[in-house]
Amino acid sequence: MLLLCLLFILLGLVLGYAAYYLKVAEDPIVEKIDALLPQTQCGQCKYPGCKPYAQAIAQGEADINQCPPGGEQTITALANLLGIESKALNTEFGEIKAPAVAFIIEQDCIGCVKCIPPCPVDAILGASKQMHTVISAECTGCELCIAPCPVDCIIMVTQKNKPTHWQWSTAHE
Amino acid sequence: MNKQAPFHGGLTLTAHKHVSPIIESHLPKELIYPLLQRADNYATPCIKQGDHVLKGQVIAQANNSLCTPIHAASSGTIKTIAPHMIAHPSNLEDDCIIISTDGLDESLPYSPCPNYQQETREQLLSKIQQAGISGLGGAVFPTANKLSTPKNIQTLIINGAECEPYISCDESLVLQQAEQIIQGTLILQHLLQAENCLIAIEDNMQQAAEALQKAIRTHPSIQLKKVPSIYPIGGEKQLIQALTGHKIPAQSLPAEQGFICQNIGTTHAIYQAIILGCPLTERIITVTGKGVVQTQNIRSRIGTPIKDLIKQAGGYNNSVKNLIMGGPMMGIALSTDEIAVTKASNCILVTSINEQSNHSPEMPCIRCGDCASVCPAELLPQQLLWYGRSKQLEQCQDHQLFSCIECGCCDLVCPSHIPLVQQFRATKSAITLKNKHAAQAQLAKKRFQNQQKRRDKQEQELLAKAEKRKATIEKMKAASLARKKKP
Repeated sequence: MLLLCLLFILLGLVLGYAAYYLKVAEDPIVEKIDALLPQTQCGQCKYPGCKPYAQAIAQGEADINQCPPGGEQTITALANLLGIESKALNTEFGEIKAPAVAFIIEQDCIGCVKCIPPCPVDAILGASKQMHTVISAECTGCELCIAPCPVDCIIMVTQKNKPTHWQWSTAHE
Repeated sequence: MNKQAPFHGGLTLTAHKHVSPIIESHLPKELIYPLLQRADNYATPCIKQGDHVLKGQVIAQANNSLCTPIHAASSGTIKTIAPHMIAHPSNLEDDCIIISTDGLDESLPYSPCPNYQQETREQLLSKIQQAGISGLGGAVFPTANKLSTPKNIQTLIINGAECEPYISCDESLVLQQAEQIIQGTLILQHLLQAENCLIAIEDNMQQAAEALQKAIRTHPSIQLKKVPSIYPIGGEKQLIQALTGHKIPAQSLPAEQGFICQNIGTTHAIYQAIILGCPLTERIITVTGKGVVQTQNIRSRIGTPIKDLIKQAGGYNNSVKNLIMGGPMMGIALSTDEIAVTKASNCILVTSINEQSNHSPEMPCIRCGDCASVCPAELLPQQLLWYGRSKQLEQCQDHQLFSCIECGCCDLVCPSHIPLVQQFRATKSAITLKNKHAAQAQLAKKRFQNQQKRRDKQEQELLAKAEKRKATIEKMKAASLARKKKP
């Protein structure tokens, strides 16, 4: 009897320890959903970034077809993860576009710095009354910098058809 | 299938080889150099339009060790740096340096180094890199990068097993320059401090064997080995297994197991770079096929447009069908002969309409397993096809898709004429693209998180400041109140 009590106390301690030290900080499904999103942080899903959208999906508030940059691939991946039926993109949230990056027409830029805060990934370089430029390797193509520009000097440039972007296709495609 | 094969699978193919003696190429009017090197790596031009350059002068620098510098193959003026068709399966244009040659063929002075034994390993590697040498077997991996392995190399293998049909550029080089190839081999052996050194040639290269045997008589450290001519015995892993019985595991490099393979042409280029001091500006190219008048092995300047080489092979005959760079098994189809040859071009194959083609209509897979029994990488092509078509990319990777050397054996034996290699290439590029996107997403996520952290911190700092000010004002108010009360 005593032995059994001791064993129970010991196991209780182990469980207590595990609950305290090995606890999962966040809902793991949110992380898993977030990992499948394209991380453009564009807000087209009406949530302020990919993580909030992931949280909304996990809580059942948002549908899986609200991410235009991710397109069909992301929807399929999310459907597979969550074990639900895949569906078409809800075009209320935007259309699927060819991947593009922002480009600042330098002679038109007045150096107002209005485009810098909206950029979610700090990809715009510039200072007040100085010409700005986009670091194209960091740009996610979210288009959030376009609307704030008072002189409309930011345009979206699609990738040039270069051999390094080209892909082998199958006979079936 | 071949029962005697010293490695798994493989095929015995009709050789179609005509080892013609090497002829010198004519100086073309224009030399064209694509800036794109292996995979995604670009060289950076270090000249501008209108500059005059000499033969052997560096015209584009390597940015990293996966890239090699490009040297002008003749003297002339830089006509332009502009998009031009390049030898790439996409058949797209990309930036090229175009030189208008002046016909003088003036060269920079070279600095020969006959006593290579006195140079350090680093000095030799740097010379090889500066000379722009990359694997001339067709993969064009920078040679200095391959040689600078930290692993201890026991066996150096000089690969003369030119297993693809039609190609005879290495064999013709052996016939003409056996002595120089042996010198190059000795340099490599010195550099790697390798105990064993094997030169592998196929058993049907009788004359080449004699020439090499003669040249190695005074060098007991080098052994000449004959291997059966079974395609693709010239593949690194297949050759190592055939010569030593040692199987290199999937996802492992030969260097990790103490082996290094170098192509015969590369070895010759190393001799020229170290002993003579001249950079890689030319290579031997086999111009062959039933669509050209005469098969030729041409010592051509790298950058020569294909049409000039075809002219030297007597031109096209009336039955020309396809233009292929590389051999019939692994080559890429080109859309125009305006494209220039590169360091990777070992062969220009012109097919004829009279030749049999195996482009019969595709039928469903009957799971006969012939593809698996010929696969030299011991993969399951039918399984990979299934996973690839259903876009199960992880399954493809688990089934070692990236071990596929795209040799084309499975395509050739498939009774349903399924273009397996094309599917594997497509799946490989889909996986690469997916990984690229994942890396980009990861980067964007990190930058977004950093920005949020920074903004939170700034906000908190502002709040703290406001609190502090509020506190000071309260204090001052209290003090003034106290003063008022006092009198």
